[in-house]
Parts: sequence; C-alpha cells; structure tokens
Amino acid sequence: MATEVQLPALSPTMTEGKIVKWLKKEGDSVSSGEAIAEVETDKSNLEVEAFDDGVLLKILVQEGETGAVGAPIAVIGAKGEKVEASKPAPKPAAPKPAAVQPEERAQRPGGPAQVVPIRRAEERAPAPAPASEDGRLRASPLAKRMAREEGLDLAGVQGSGPSGRIVKRDVEAAMGQVGAAALAPAPRPGSAPPPAPVFGRREPEVLPISGMRKIIAQRMAEVKPGVPHFYVTVDIDMEEAVKVREQAKAAEVKISINDLIVKAAAMALRRQPKVNVSLQGDRLLQFHTADVGIAVAIEDGLITPVIRDADLKSLGAIAAEARELAERARRKALRPEEYSGGSITVSNLGMFGVDSFIAVINPPQASIVAVGAVAERAVVRDGKVVVRKTMSTTFSGDHRVVDGALGAQYLQELKALLEQPTRLLF
Amino acid sequence: MPEIAWREALNQALSEEMERDVNVFLMGEEVARYNGAYKVSQGLLDKFGSARVVDAPISELGFAGLGVGAAMVGLRPVIEMMTWNFAILAMDQIVNNAAKLRHMSGGQLRCPIVFRGPNGAGGRLSSQHSQSLEANYAHFPGLKILAPSTPADAKGLLKAAIRDDNPTIFLEAELLYGVKGEVPAGEHVLPIGKADLKRQGKDATVITWSRMYYFAEQAAQLLEQEGIHVDLLDLRTLKPLDEEAILTSVRRTNRVVVVEEGWSFCGLGAQIADLLQQKAFDDLDAPVERVTGLDVNRSYAAVLEKATEVSAERIVAAVKKVMYQEEGT
Repeated sequence: MATEVQLPALSPTMTEGKIVKWLKKEGDSVSSGEAIAEVETDKSNLEVEAFDDGVLLKILVQEGETGAVGAPIAVIGAKGEKVEASKPAPKPAAPKPAAVQPEERAQRPGGPAQVVPIRRAEERAPAPAPASEDGRLRASPLAKRMAREEGLDLAGVQGSGPSGRIVKRDVEAAMGQVGAAALAPAPRPGSAPPPAPVFGRREPEVLPISGMRKIIAQRMAEVKPGVPHFYVTVDIDMEEAVKVREQAKAAEVKISINDLIVKAAAMALRRQPKVNVSLQGDRLLQFHTADVGIAVAIEDGLITPVIRDADLKSLGAIAAEARELAERARRKALRPEEYSGGSITVSNLGMFGVDSFIAVINPPQASIVAVGAVAERAVVRDGKVVVRKTMSTTFSGDHRVVDGALGAQYLQELKALLEQPTRLLF
Repeated sequence: MPEIAWREALNQALSEEMERDVNVFLMGEEVARYNGAYKVSQGLLDKFGSARVVDAPISELGFAGLGVGAAMVGLRPVIEMMTWNFAILAMDQIVNNAAKLRHMSGGQLRCPIVFRGPNGAGGRLSSQHSQSLEANYAHFPGLKILAPSTPADAKGLLKAAIRDDNPTIFLEAELLYGVKGEVPAGEHVLPIGKADLKRQGKDATVITWSRMYYFAEQAAQLLEQEGIHVDLLDLRTLKPLDEEAILTSVRRTNRVVVVEEGWSFCGLGAQIADLLQQKAFDDLDAPVERVTGLDVNRSYAAVLEKATEVSAERIVAAVKKVMYQEEGT
C-alpha cells in the first residue's frame, strides 16, 4: 500500500523546509535508510531518508518549493501502484526536537512509511548500556558517589556487576576514557579536532529562584520585553595575549586571538559560576559545563557553533575545532547538536576593524561577549602615556538572572585571564 | 620476645594483676586445686592461696552473683566460667545485676568484674557445648565485650579488663588455648575499644575477631596468591565497637566481608553491616558479605560439624564475591 513521506523536523526550531534537491526521481526504487532528498532547514541542509522499501511513486513538493513539517512531500509504494488523488496536506504537526525524532520513529514498527534524518556515521551515539531487565539503572552507592563527584553520567556506563550493576571498576574505566580524552595532545594544525568528551560532563541542575530574583525578572521584562539586556564594557590589554599567539606560531600551532578569548571566556565562567546559568521558562538552570559558542558569519546570516568544555581543552584543540566548525558552518553542513546549547557566546567583529560593539544575547544563553579589534591605543600607565595593544570587550547579560555587578566580576576574570594568559594554563 | 601459649598469656595476666592489686581474686569451677579446666590458672593457688583463688561449686548463678556482690563492695573479681555455654545459667546475674548496678544505684555503685571463659566450638562437643554467644551479651547496655585472637592481645586485654571499673565479658576461644605467639613479658596493657589492623590490603576489608582471625589470615594468604590484598581488621573489642577503624578501612577498600563463628541471624556481622549502610553507604561498592556458622545446631559428627563451620575457602569466596569476581559463597 502506498504511504506518504512526511517532512521531518530536522532541527529544534524548524517549522518548514525547502526541498533543495530530490536525490531520487519518480519511478526510482528506494530502500529503507536510503537518502531521497536534501532539505534546507532554518540552519543547514540535511538529507532525509526513506523508512521503507518500495518505489518513489510521486513527488508532492518539487525542488525549490517549501513544505511544512509533517506535510507529505512524496509517496512511496509498490511498483505500478496507483497513487490516489492528492489529499489535502495534513495540518503541520508541531515541530519536535530533532534529537528525539529518530528514536520516536524507530519505536513505531509497522507504522506507515516514514522518513528520518540521515544519521551520519559520526553522529551515532555509542550503543547504550544494556539496561537491566526492568530498565532500571543499577549502580553501587560508591559508583553513584564517584559519578556525582566526577560529573559522570552513569547512563552511558556499562555495568559489570550482577544484573548489570555499575560498580567502582566500571566508573574507573569510564573515567579513564575521559581522562585520556582530556589529556589527549592537541591535534596538529589542520588535523581533525578530537571528539568532545562525552563522559564527565555534568547535566545542568535546576536552581531555586528566590523571591527577589522573581521580582527583578518581572520588572526587567516589563521595561525591556524579551530578554532584558544590560551591558558592561572593559578595555583589556592584549600585549601578552598577542605574544602567546606568536609563541604558538613559533611552535607551529596556529591559534587566533579569538581562540584565546574562547578559552578565557570558558574559564571565567568556571570562576564566576553564577553567570553560567540559563532561564528556560520558569526554570533557572545552573550549568556545570563551560561550553562557548562562537558567532560565525555565513551567507545570509550567522550561526553559533559551540565548543564544548572549552575550559578543559588546550588552545591548540580549541583552535582546530573552531576552524573546522567555522568551515562547515560556511558550507551549512553543521548538525543541529553542534549549534545548540552552550552557556555563553563570543562574538568578534575585530576583523572588520570595529573598536567596540554591543551584541544581542542568543537565548536561552544568559550572556554574550562582544569583542572588538586588538588595536594600538594610547593608554596611561604609571603616569605616562604609552602605546599598548588594547581590546574593548562588552558583556551583555540577561538581567532577569544576571546582575551588573556579576557581569563586571565576570569581565574582571576575563580581563585577568587575557592580560596574564599564562593563567589559561591553570 | 618469648613465644607462649594463649593459656600461659592469660595466666601471666592474672598473676601480674593479682600481684599488683590485692583486691583482684579468681573464682570458678576447678580453678584452684585442679589448676583450671583448661589450665589457665596453673600455679595460682600455690602463689596466692585459697582466699584469692577460690573453687566454686557447680552453681554458675550463685558464684556469678557472689562475684557481683564482691565487686559492689570494692573487690575486683575475675569469675571463670568453665564455658560460656554454662554461663547461660548465670545470665540473670550478669545482665540484670552486673550490667545494671551503676544505673540502678544512680552511679553510687561500680561493678569492676570480669567474667571470662572459653567461647565457641571446642571440637566435636555437639550443640550444647559449641555455641558462640557474644551477640547475646553485646545486646545489653552496660557490658563491655572483649574477644581477642592472639596470645599477646589476650594478655593485654585481660589486664585492661581487670583494671576497668565496668563489668566485662572476656571471651576466650576453647580451641585457641594451645595456640602460641609472641607475648611481651611484664606490663602489657591494651586499650579497650581499639581494633587492630593485622594485615593491610586495598581490595576488601575482612572484619573478624577471636578464633576466626586465623581463618581470615589463612584466606588472606590464599587470596594474596591470586593478587588480591585485603585489610584484615581484628576487632578485639566487640563493644564498644571501634567504628573509626572499621570506617577508615572501608572508605579505602569499599568492600567488606564480616567473618564470625556464631550464627548469622542477629549476629554481630549484622550490626556491622548496619553501621556500614548508615555511615559508609556512599563508600560501598558491593553489599556487605557475611561468613558465619550455618544457622543450625553444631553436630557431634566431625564431618557434619565441619560442614557447618566457617572455613578459609568460604572467606575467599566471599571476598571474590564483593569484588565481583565470582558468584556465590
């Protein structure tokens, strides 16, 4: 029986998608798992694949046309089968987060033919730990404590005890992998970035919201609807930071000033954890990771790929990862999870000679750092006017959850880290 | 250091304390003219005379009560029970009087008395003469319970018990009286309430006391051949329990096996397991494993007795179980 292929939600914010290209034409056989079309979403171009074997009987949305998420875009059925007169397109389903889509679809065996986003090989998650028969996660108290202290998610750990109980040695084995990943040498310039460590990352926790904080959030939202911004600006002396870049260059490691800022922004988050929060609906989340987005200008707009755990990575690793992400961003080849999440974003217009500017927060993040060019400026040092390489930095904070003094303290940390960049080592 | 047997170590302790303090006296069945059923009191009658080394009739409740009365008025009696199986007759004096006199008198009376004698299996003595009764006495507030393993610990703790102002239950293992070990000559007093880490490892903690220490040591040697190293904690004092020593070791090893000669139900190992789940819950990598005498009466038949006893092999299996190396004990 012929079944309709519906347009899947390929990103968290996608409501419609444009068919860039049909990879199959009417009459072609298709098999389950085969890519049939390329779809442009609001962020990048992704492929959709057939969920069933059969023949592509009819294309309903032509190349260049746009369809709503959930609307039929094609019909797959047996060879020679008649396609019924096109029914009115179903009401677009509410977009679902792409992250859960493949699993949801996969759990409906025997349902109508579906398409799911192509799962690129490197995107495939490691096989989930074999849950015990009742699906409960079993771990010894010690294993749980170790995981809590190390920020390890036990869901990804395979238990070796009775009934799959996770015990000390399993946690140690998992931590060993994390340790090895964290300590891996920086890749040589141009080589692929190391995979982001998946173990050892702590989930955000929900913080209680105080009465005062609720009132501040209300008032600020009244005055400035949406995300009420405030701004704090500071000048940072970049003489030492520039030297670091030169030293790296001498060691054949290519790092940019922006890479230094990304690492410093992450470490400053660690030192001012109160900035490392996110207001999501009525929940205030405290992050225990320092993931930094980098704003990348691309054709028709911008995108902010995220460098995970930037506080833990070497400058060389950050540089390689940032280059690779930016390059794929320009090709619109980023996967949704690569530009989702993150605690803060670094937006840099220095390459355009901009002295300073104010950036708009990328929600649900609670802050963004806007950096201008490193330029020689006359500054007063010990009563004398001297020429120093200086960079203006403006912090924008979500005033519902971050206050001015906190923003200022964050900038103090950032300034100290960049003015004495050896601190980035510890 | 001279090597002497358990019974000689106890004899030294008694003799030294009786020399030191004229208020110390020994009373029990066959302790004087027969020199003791297990020859612990060898020579004491000759040395201290019949006023201080007293043969009692076969009346455990009676001479236990006589001892309690003597302690109330300032003497320091050592009451020998021919075995702790017989002391069951004297439990009323031990738990209703000795353990409660200080409380019932509002602190006006002290009861510095030691009840001592052999505990546990004696080798083919069947069910009425093979019981390990420490859990019974440990249940009552007001009693201190000592159960050392080595001759040196026995001497040091018996001297400490005689000097203590509270009623003390001093448990000797019948099968240990002939076991020899190095014992310091002269003044050797050990603190009550302190366990002794007799062997240091990292993989698991084996907690035990009295004769079971020797099985645990044998098991530790077998395990060592397989590269498994255990902490062997000899409690020596069962009450007050040395919680700090237990917790310190367990926080290091994360795995525990408790070995006791007595039965499992309401045994001391259950108490220790409770302590661990309360105070070391987050340090445990496996449930506490217990190796105990099987929950049946001891047999006269040698093969049946052996089948119900603790063995080094069972301890080895329990250690491997808490290390998730093998199933079952």
